Amino acid sequence: MNPQSTSRTPLLSVKNLRKHFPVKAQQLGGPRLMVQAVDGVDFDIEQGQTLGIVGESGCGKSTTARLLMHLIIPDTGEIALNGRPVMRPDGIELRELRRQMQMVFQDSYASLNPRLTVVDSIAFGPRAHGADREKARGRARELLSLVKLDPDQFGPRYPHQLSGGQRQRVNFARALALEPRLVILDEAVSALDKSIEAQVLNLLMDLKRDLALTYLFISHDLNVVQYVSDHVLVMYLGKVMEYGSVDDIYHRPRHPYTQALLASRPSMDPDVKLEASPLVGDPPNPINPPSGCRFRTRCAYAEGVCEKTEPRLHALRAKGHAVACHMSISGSGHSKA
Amino acid sequence: MSPSRAPKVTVSMEVPLGVTQALDVPVGTLQLRTYWQTVWQRVLRDPVTLACGGVLLVLIAAAIFAPWLGLSDPFASDSAKRLLPVGSPDHLLGTDELGRDMLSRLVYGSRLSLTMGVVPVIAALAIGGVLGLVAGFVGGRVNMLIMRVTDVFYAFPSILLAVAIAGSLGAGVANTLIAITIVFIPPITRVTESVTTQLRAMDFVEAARASGASTYAIIRTHILGNVLGPVFVYATVLVSVSIVIAAGLSFIGLGASPPDAEWGLMLNTLRTSIFLAPLISILPGFMIFIASMCFNLISDGLRSAMDVRF
Amino acid sequence: MLYYIVRRTAYAMPIAFGVSLVVFSLVHLAPGDPLSAVMGEIDARLLAEMRAHFGYDKPLYLQYFIWLGNVIVGDFGVSLRTGMPVIGILLPAAANTMVLGVLASALGFTLGTVAGMVSGYNHGTWVDKLVSSAAISGVSMPHYWLAIILVIVFSVELGWLPAMGIGNVPTLFSWAALKHMILPTIALAAIPGAIVARTTRACVMEILNMEFVEALRARGLTERRILLHVTRNALPTVLAVMGLQFANLLGGSILVETVFSWPGTGYLLNLAIFDRDMPVLQGTILLLAMFFVLTNLVVDILQTVTDPRMSRA
Repeated sequence: MNPQSTSRTPLLSVKNLRKHFPVKAQQLGGPRLMVQAVDGVDFDIEQGQTLGIVGESGCGKSTTARLLMHLIIPDTGEIALNGRPVMRPDGIELRELRRQMQMVFQDSYASLNPRLTVVDSIAFGPRAHGADREKARGRARELLSLVKLDPDQFGPRYPHQLSGGQRQRVNFARALALEPRLVILDEAVSALDKSIEAQVLNLLMDLKRDLALTYLFISHDLNVVQYVSDHVLVMYLGKVMEYGSVDDIYHRPRHPYTQALLASRPSMDPDVKLEASPLVGDPPNPINPPSGCRFRTRCAYAEGVCEKTEPRLHALRAKGHAVACHMSISGSGHSKA
Repeated sequence: MSPSRAPKVTVSMEVPLGVTQALDVPVGTLQLRTYWQTVWQRVLRDPVTLACGGVLLVLIAAAIFAPWLGLSDPFASDSAKRLLPVGSPDHLLGTDELGRDMLSRLVYGSRLSLTMGVVPVIAALAIGGVLGLVAGFVGGRVNMLIMRVTDVFYAFPSILLAVAIAGSLGAGVANTLIAITIVFIPPITRVTESVTTQLRAMDFVEAARASGASTYAIIRTHILGNVLGPVFVYATVLVSVSIVIAAGLSFIGLGASPPDAEWGLMLNTLRTSIFLAPLISILPGFMIFIASMCFNLISDGLRSAMDVRF
Repeated sequence: MLYYIVRRTAYAMPIAFGVSLVVFSLVHLAPGDPLSAVMGEIDARLLAEMRAHFGYDKPLYLQYFIWLGNVIVGDFGVSLRTGMPVIGILLPAAANTMVLGVLASALGFTLGTVAGMVSGYNHGTWVDKLVSSAAISGVSMPHYWLAIILVIVFSVELGWLPAMGIGNVPTLFSWAALKHMILPTIALAAIPGAIVARTTRACVMEILNMEFVEALRARGLTERRILLHVTRNALPTVLAVMGLQFANLLGGSILVETVFSWPGTGYLLNLAIFDRDMPVLQGTILLLAMFFVLTNLVVDILQTVTDPRMSRA
């Protein structure tokens, strides 16, 4: 907002976010096992920017989103919105946090109450925050226009009478109803047809510009993330592997996992050969993640040190580019360091 | 008759693929009915459910307006007119073992029998519904506590539990009502809890929580409307079971007592007459059967009418 | 798997405990204590002596633990009416109920599965409609009424079968004994038969709609082989339903046993209620409820063991 302050506080700042879910014990008297869904994640999002989070399914992307919204309560973590810490006596209240931060889910159908009309679904949030019924409905109609749906035609419909793309626009209108500053998009376009996806993405980018929004964009689709994001966070088994600007991540990836992810993207050019080894197999069980570097079991460059010590997220020379890999830490003991 | 385990009720909310895609039609051709309007339309097209509804309406109306139907006194006995056959003049359905008019007693009997069928279910719906909603929505330890107590009562076959409670409390209509209500609280709690728990995990409830709405507002707007349907269908099945159990309790002498007109009790006192007037002695049972079956069929009809992909 | 069995069994323990608590509390639902109800107007000092003798003067929680301790070692107390040990009355009655329960389950299960399969396979035809109507009638049927109709038809009108009792026969395995069982068995089998038929029909229809059946047909399997697959997939559900119905039969037989004067637990319960013979009432209900808990346990375990999808758990 204020271009003059160079050291402005980020809109959202997350430190050491952690959530372990208990799993039902598999043996009698066995140790209480935990899924380490999100294990110490840090990041900042600047006002007006889009942070993309990528990773394979099960890496903790969606859990991160739900933790930020406090739909799941984090085990540890300091979350601050505009410098105000969440759930602290002097900080921001949960209700206020949820007004300023909204979320759009992947399943456009499941995220709308099948018994409510589109207008009533959108109006629910403003109603919950004290608007009277008519005012809330009027607001809902405005929002429908905003997401390019005719309020007269679509307002009185039920979710099952809309197409997937239309429903996702409604979900987006609902998220905007409380005038949030940050919108979390959890695989929000992943379930749509490719042609519809492009339309919705363009709408999202227009709204972001017009309403001065900030996005946290979670997706497994690397191309979409590249298209929308300013910065990108690569997650693997609940940990951050690499963080950087879109340019750094897509053109100068340093982590073998990022390289492998990018290499496994289908290329338009048949002459392009895969350079890094593509990913094989599934991620290991998050209940009992590998020691040291979590990626080492699937990494082509894994060495002894990767098993013994866990690489910290390490800032690189390029500004704002960080990677958690021994190969990028000089003196780590890795032969390629 | 005892569906002693609550059926697994699943909330179906998927969209049939391909159906929703081609809906960019002008609003005029789209049917903008609410869910309940759609269900009602489908019920109107289902002859079996309609017929059962009609039969029940007649039964209920007869029960309410019994004193004004010009029937003979259901309690006036006449030893000269014992066990007159069906079709006798003045006694269309004959007379019972004390010479009382059967038609009149069957109509008056519907008052007690239907009340004992419906009231416990409504009471159990109120109590079990709240318990199930709380258990399902709050989850955690509260859920644990409510559901474990429910499990204990579930560990009794329903007739046995009804007989045990009514038998311990002693004979009487009020005690029977209490006994059957207690029997039906656990299944209703379980069904409500299971539907609520499924709903709670759905994205639209998460989205409602994310909007910062109060628990009360979320339950009222997003849970209740979706729980009501399946629980109501289940409750209609229970009415059918309740009618049979209530009459059964009277049949073994626990519910209504002579000279009350009640179908189960009448079936019992007429047992001595099976040699002389077999047809008359099975009439009260036939009424129990018809009432119970109508509720069962209506429940089936409602279930399929509500199975709209909505 | 073993872990599941152990855990499921451990889970049944608090339930059984809760059940015993409920059964014990039942006695105290009624106003007054059990003795005054039985004895009527008697001398106050004599009543006090008898209360002390039966332990009804102790605090409730103590009475409960004494009762529970005795029950666990098989001592259900003494009948207030006859003075005989409850266990001596209860076991023969339970055996009689069990005989009917097994026969009725076998009949209901056989008829129900066959009818359900036929109806599910011929969905929408007149056979299906016939079976469905019969099944919904069976589910709605007041079985005590069915019992009376059976008596009227087969005993009163036709005179083929006896209407009451168990007969004065030395062994259960004789035609004379069997004759007494036929009508109660049919009356008891109606409801479980109808429920099994409905379950089987729904299961078969659901399975036939699954894609794997299509795939089997596409691979050119004969209909008989496909039937085998369908049966194997439907069986766990149907068996589970039947198991619960069996337990329900034993607990719910009171009405039919009353009609036929069949000397089982239901009949015993009926007598105990009207005699206000609380030890007998408690003992009978506890035995039936515990059997229900046990059946539930066995059914759950069997269903898990037989269902291949469950083997990961």
